[in-house]
Amino acid sequence: MNKYTVINPHEPFRVINTHVRNIDGIAKVTGRAVYTFDVKLPGMLYGKILRSPHPHAKILKIDYSKALEIPGVMGVVTGKEDTLGVKQGIWRRYKDLCDEQILPVDKVRYIGEPVVAVAAITEEIAEKALDYIDVEYEVLPAVFEPMDAIKKDAPEIHEGFERNINVTRHIEWGDVEEAFEEADYIREDWFKCGGQAHMCMETRCAVSSYTPDGKLTIYHSNQSPYYMQALMAGVLGMREGDIRIISTYVGGGFGGKFELDGAIFCSAVLSIKLKRPVKIVYTREEDFIATKRRTPMYYYTRTGVKKDGTFCAREAKVFTNGGAYTGMGATALYLTGFFHSFPYKWKAYRYDGYRVYTNTLPSTSMRGFGAPQAMWCSEQQIEWIAADLGLDPIEMRRKNAHEEGTIIPGQATIASCGIQQCFDEIKKWIDSKGQLPPNRAIGISACGFMSGGIFNWFDTPYSFSSAVVTVNQDGTVELNVGAQEIGQGSNTTLAIICAETLGVKVEDVKVHSGDTDFNPADLGAWGSRQTLMAGNAVKMAAEDAKRQILEFAYAQSGLNIVYDLDIKDRWVHAIARPERGEDFVKVVRRAIRGKDGQRIVGRGYYTPHRKGMISPAYSYMLQAVEIEVDEETGKIRLCDSLTAHDCGQPINHLGLIGQLEGAFSMAAGYGYLEYMPFEDGKLMNPNLVDYKVIRATEMPPANIAEVDTYEPEGPYGAKEAGEGLTNPTAAAIGNALFRLFGIQIKECPIRAEMILKALKEKREKEQQGK
Amino acid sequence: MEKKVVVLNVNGIDYELYINPKTLLVEAIRDYIGLTGTKRGCDTVSCGACTVLINGMSIKSCSVLAVQAEGYKITTIEGLEKNGKLAPIQEAFLDQGAYQCGFCAPGMIMSSQALLNENPNPTEWEIREGIEGNICRCTGYNSIVRAVQAVASGKYTEVKS
Repeated sequence: MNKYTVINPHEPFRVINTHVRNIDGIAKVTGRAVYTFDVKLPGMLYGKILRSPHPHAKILKIDYSKALEIPGVMGVVTGKEDTLGVKQGIWRRYKDLCDEQILPVDKVRYIGEPVVAVAAITEEIAEKALDYIDVEYEVLPAVFEPMDAIKKDAPEIHEGFERNINVTRHIEWGDVEEAFEEADYIREDWFKCGGQAHMCMETRCAVSSYTPDGKLTIYHSNQSPYYMQALMAGVLGMREGDIRIISTYVGGGFGGKFELDGAIFCSAVLSIKLKRPVKIVYTREEDFIATKRRTPMYYYTRTGVKKDGTFCAREAKVFTNGGAYTGMGATALYLTGFFHSFPYKWKAYRYDGYRVYTNTLPSTSMRGFGAPQAMWCSEQQIEWIAADLGLDPIEMRRKNAHEEGTIIPGQATIASCGIQQCFDEIKKWIDSKGQLPPNRAIGISACGFMSGGIFNWFDTPYSFSSAVVTVNQDGTVELNVGAQEIGQGSNTTLAIICAETLGVKVEDVKVHSGDTDFNPADLGAWGSRQTLMAGNAVKMAAEDAKRQILEFAYAQSGLNIVYDLDIKDRWVHAIARPERGEDFVKVVRRAIRGKDGQRIVGRGYYTPHRKGMISPAYSYMLQAVEIEVDEETGKIRLCDSLTAHDCGQPINHLGLIGQLEGAFSMAAGYGYLEYMPFEDGKLMNPNLVDYKVIRATEMPPANIAEVDTYEPEGPYGAKEAGEGLTNPTAAAIGNALFRLFGIQIKECPIRAEMILKALKEKREKEQQGK
Repeated sequence: MEKKVVVLNVNGIDYELYINPKTLLVEAIRDYIGLTGTKRGCDTVSCGACTVLINGMSIKSCSVLAVQAEGYKITTIEGLEKNGKLAPIQEAFLDQGAYQCGFCAPGMIMSSQALLNENPNPTEWEIREGIEGNICRCTGYNSIVRAVQAVASGKYTEVKS
């Protein structure tokens, strides 16, 4: 059903890119994996959160005396009485972007915002208690769309932000006006990009346990235990080291679980007050209305090209619906502007982004991090320009595409880039399809993505990634990382890098992650950073341990100094004479004896340096999607797809396929299914009946042609895979519609009624023409 | 409502529970019996994370009351392996990487098992229909389809014995 091809495979490794089962797999397929959702501690209470019914209101008075009378209710907390009122945010370096009190003290800014939290001996009693809490509000005028919120007379959502503009971002290189002068053809379009719910299968949940020694232990479903530890320390006025975050198994993240949420904050505040463990699990509805979402955007883009299709200049202006708080939205605002230029060379480029506060669910990072929106607009406009000029859309893209050595002025230098081969593979595939049935068409879309961010708005004093490799006397290996496994397979990927480097087998490596008490700090799983950054740290730590083992082997071998030793498959040997060697375990034992009984410990760390503004490395991809449309209903069916993809050297074979297929399903959902309609600030479909995600019957084959390149900054040449592929699909579907009917849909997700309307308009136009 | 004694046969063991009659089967399994392999992902019978087998057929355990399951053989994800030996469908999920975060996996595996119980040689479309009621946010389903196909093709028969 699915085809996986490798273009230019590299030298075979022992472990890297071989068929390795996910090392957490047994726990996951047998039900043994314990998620935060499953945690039950002795004496545990259950918490529930009362939420704001208003999009914008002052909290005047909270009376919870009746709730406390209910048998089984153990306590209530409010922002005013039980918190320090700290305004927090993940952009810690910038005080004005720390704007969210998880339990607000005096004002609510969106429907669903937490107001009061209750703990009781059962979840049922806690839920019932919510009905007995009276909150008196003074309802304020509210605003829901960024274009309304920037108006002069719009209600003020946060004090001191003129026209509700939360953050602005500017990117520019080259002389834009001059470059537009050189263009023979200029096209401008306005686009609208929808939001999207992360919809992790495990809803936000936390179990907090505060003990009289002043220590707080929190089980929490998240993407970065270190961020949680640091952010919680900030809001609670505690030391980071007194807070332990445990996040062993996490039921999905997708960019939505690395900021504080109501579950972790309210459970901790309740536990501190009541000195008992408190568990809070969000219902699916709460997870929809009171977390965060992909950032909706209004996009203006103007592009100038020469007659032969050479790109000259691009100028973009973007207004994003920031919702009530900043979150990771500031990063999404920058990245959408940067990736809107991808994967092409522009002589001059200018981007101005405005993130606007509104009284809606806050928006933030979500898989793709602003780039799916950027590509939805860019890749469609490029397709239309090719049609306007009568040029081949693949060849026009190809001639402008990045290559090795491309410099994006002031932003990045591209070290590895396999996109040219991606064009070849896609072209071959489309040609091989021949004539399609009349209601079908193929659309293409290109993009690239980062391999971890360079920015440090979190203001961490630590290396971005760290790892410790410990070799035991029996040859087993403990790998401690702060990198977070959220299902993307990072534990397995890092175990593979460790095993390959050290020369042992994957089953020798035990990975310890998801616990701040025992693992080094690491920024965690976001921005596609772990394979490259944590991977480099693990490689360095394993090399450190290996060097210590080989020192003993050298001392003992008596080999001429020109000979090198290595370890492969648990065999310590001379590289030139692989048969001359010794069992790894024997060498390790002697090495430990030589260290006066100390285990072999290797340390590694990674922070990018001198790699530009954005990321140390970039993945590239080109996708083709074949769709079928029912002209009567406007319904889209996805029929087939091929992604030609360059992630450098693939490390985790099974993980890579899974990430690419999975990204396709989420990206396609963004393109044509996952619609979030709001009415007066209220989400109208906060459940899985009305919010549609792709199901098995809707998923087409997701074929992959993996173009192996070598990225010098990545471990063994690896770079990002899995997030970037969320970027192209919506535009590819749009481009298929354009190919099929000549219609230009400028809003995503593309709904059936939009297709029907466009077809009707087209018919009317044609009739007028007659 | 007055509490009631209910006997549930889960993975071959009779559990005597003293519960409120409106307790859902999923609550009985997770909260009273303590088998937390079965998950919950929604409140609208939409996601399939709580799927278990009742007399070999798949059912979303949030859609029935515990009392309604009395007298039937209930199998949860914990009941698929025998003496530490995984069932073919579990082996196939491992080989195909048919899960990522793993939260949907117990329900997905039970739906796949039920499908194979009913139709040992399903077509690709029958597999897709068979797991349509289960949402997986991570994999895009194709690896799950491949896993079911691998079992149907007899690849794991020796594991069965």
